[in-house]
Amino acid sequence: MLKPATLLIALVSAAPLLTAAESAAEPAAAESKAVDWQSWHAGNDVRNTASLQRGVRNFVNYCQGCHSLKYMRYSRMASDLHIPEEQLRTYLILTGDKPGDYMLSSMPAADSETWFGKTPPDLSLIARSRGADYLYRFLKTFYADPSRQSGANNLQLANAAMPAVLSSLEGVKRAVFVNRESIVGGKPVTEKVFDHFEMVSPGAMDAAQFDAFVRDTVNFLDYVGEPAQATRVDIGVWVVLFLLVFTWLAWLLKHEYWKDVH
Amino acid sequence: MAAPEGTAKPGLWGWINKRLPAEDFVRSQLLEYYAPKNFNVWYFFGSLALLVLVIQLLSGIFLTMFYKVGEATAFDSVEYIMREVNYGWLIRYLHSTGASAFFVVVYLHMFRALLYGSYKAPRELLWLFGMLVYLALMAEAFMGYVLPWGNMSYWGAQVIVNLFSTIPVVGPGLVEWIRGDYGIADATLNRFFALHVVAVPLGLLLLVALHLVALRQVGSNNPDGIEIKEHKGPDGKPLDGIPFHPYYTVKDVVGVGVFLIAFAVVVFFVPTFNDIFLEKPNFEPANPLSTPEHIAPVWYFTPFYAMLRAVPDQRLGALLMLLAILAFFFLPWLDRSPVKSVRYRGWIYRAFLTVFTVSFLVLMYLGLKPASVAYVYAARVFTAGYFAFFVLMPFYTRWDRTRPVPTRVTFHA
Repeated sequence: MLKPATLLIALVSAAPLLTAAESAAEPAAAESKAVDWQSWHAGNDVRNTASLQRGVRNFVNYCQGCHSLKYMRYSRMASDLHIPEEQLRTYLILTGDKPGDYMLSSMPAADSETWFGKTPPDLSLIARSRGADYLYRFLKTFYADPSRQSGANNLQLANAAMPAVLSSLEGVKRAVFVNRESIVGGKPVTEKVFDHFEMVSPGAMDAAQFDAFVRDTVNFLDYVGEPAQATRVDIGVWVVLFLLVFTWLAWLLKHEYWKDVH
Repeated sequence: MAAPEGTAKPGLWGWINKRLPAEDFVRSQLLEYYAPKNFNVWYFFGSLALLVLVIQLLSGIFLTMFYKVGEATAFDSVEYIMREVNYGWLIRYLHSTGASAFFVVVYLHMFRALLYGSYKAPRELLWLFGMLVYLALMAEAFMGYVLPWGNMSYWGAQVIVNLFSTIPVVGPGLVEWIRGDYGIADATLNRFFALHVVAVPLGLLLLVALHLVALRQVGSNNPDGIEIKEHKGPDGKPLDGIPFHPYYTVKDVVGVGVFLIAFAVVVFFVPTFNDIFLEKPNFEPANPLSTPEHIAPVWYFTPFYAMLRAVPDQRLGALLMLLAILAFFFLPWLDRSPVKSVRYRGWIYRAFLTVFTVSFLVLMYLGLKPASVAYVYAARVFTAGYFAFFVLMPFYTRWDRTRPVPTRVTFHA
């Protein structure tokens, strides 16, 4: 169990605890700045309750303005994440809902359609349909693109309708593309490929802090995708242990009976 | 005819037996049903198939209590089961894993028949009933996959149902009749539900019963392919047979234990089985406006799907798919070998069986992957390998040099 004090710090602290930041976000070698973002992994852990608590804080503050979790009740989430009801009501229910309600966004669908061209998708199952790594890469590869209406574009989801809502934390990045020559079907082809990011203006967090912020948020969405996943594994261990003993006994019994067969 | 057994017994058992041939049944089917004593590991899969059937029926009943059929409610109700029904996630994963486990077990069960010639006379009807079970199972699995109404459910149904449109003349009308609408829609979902939970399971149970009755009539084959009934002792019992109960009941329990360990590992630790048993796009609701990047059926249909894609003409492809399944029905008459078991067949049968098995597995893999040019060519090669096994069988089984079959089974205590 988590101590309430730790919980409170985790919930209200502006700078999340730094987990061991993955070096994947850094340029691979000194001479080449090329970033292999497609190999990034979320590296999240749904058993890390503190990370999930930071994740839900991130979600209600930065995501829920537009995105709903229509299958997730506040109360179920709070009980799974060991969040006391009082703190739930004070810090996490920002929409005036009751603890038994689903975690819905208060943005009217008609408005969001006008503003973004489409209603922001419900995120209850996004970690299951796309995977945690996809979400991690998506949230970390926004870059400034004046040609887009939102002013931002994304490497994971090209021409995403979503604006770079986390740029106040991460800062604004510019994507540097290089020309790559290749021969396709006997003809030389030049294609523009992403090479690396350049920071245009810094945000409130440094790279490691933002990395942890994204990982916690993705971790929370992973939990929301299948809230019972930790319980499932816990029960599974006992089921398999039981079956091992059962099978061993069954084998002994079989061995005994088959002694008469010649 | 003598008085039914058990009627002379005192108490409730005697009372029951005067009215129902319970003891008669237990004796004839378990205690005095003699099975060959040389069954090996391949002989576990029949009883395991029965176990999976029970798992599917039970978990299915509980799912039906919470599932809400209809295009507006189906997807939500599955998530309701996963989140708000007590142990709903367990019931759902038992059922979704059970579907895949059913095919694993049935494919191994069928492969056993190919190894030991279990389809050969006098077991042709047993084999045909088994094949009908397999067909019913395919229909059951396909319609069950549509019920969660995810995006892969929708597009999978779209692709599979459209295959019927390749039938000349009646095709387009038939497709509309199957769907009950101009596209995969609410009407389709409702009728698939009816078929999945009532019609097909009833047929399946009947066919399984016939399969078992036919098995009891002719007796089990065995790894040596020897008819144990041909060598009876002075007491009239097969020399190489042992009573099904207790010997095989106790042995099958060990098989059940090993199977359940593997089953539980999937259910509790990897229920999506790396996105193969439950595919990622199916966690998005059905959306007629958004096609998944890569539509593929679940793994147990992919060998046939790979064949469909290997043929440029859709009509011929669908026909080839149908033939690939129907070919199994003709095995008892295609096989001209004087021996049953691979143990006494020559290298030619072994080579063809190997080519067939490898082709089936490679096609399964190819069907899961996007159709690139190289994969389509590979699929053509392995489709040829698959059909060579059946088409050339009347020839190579006759030319194959077999070894003499012993009169008694091989058994090491």
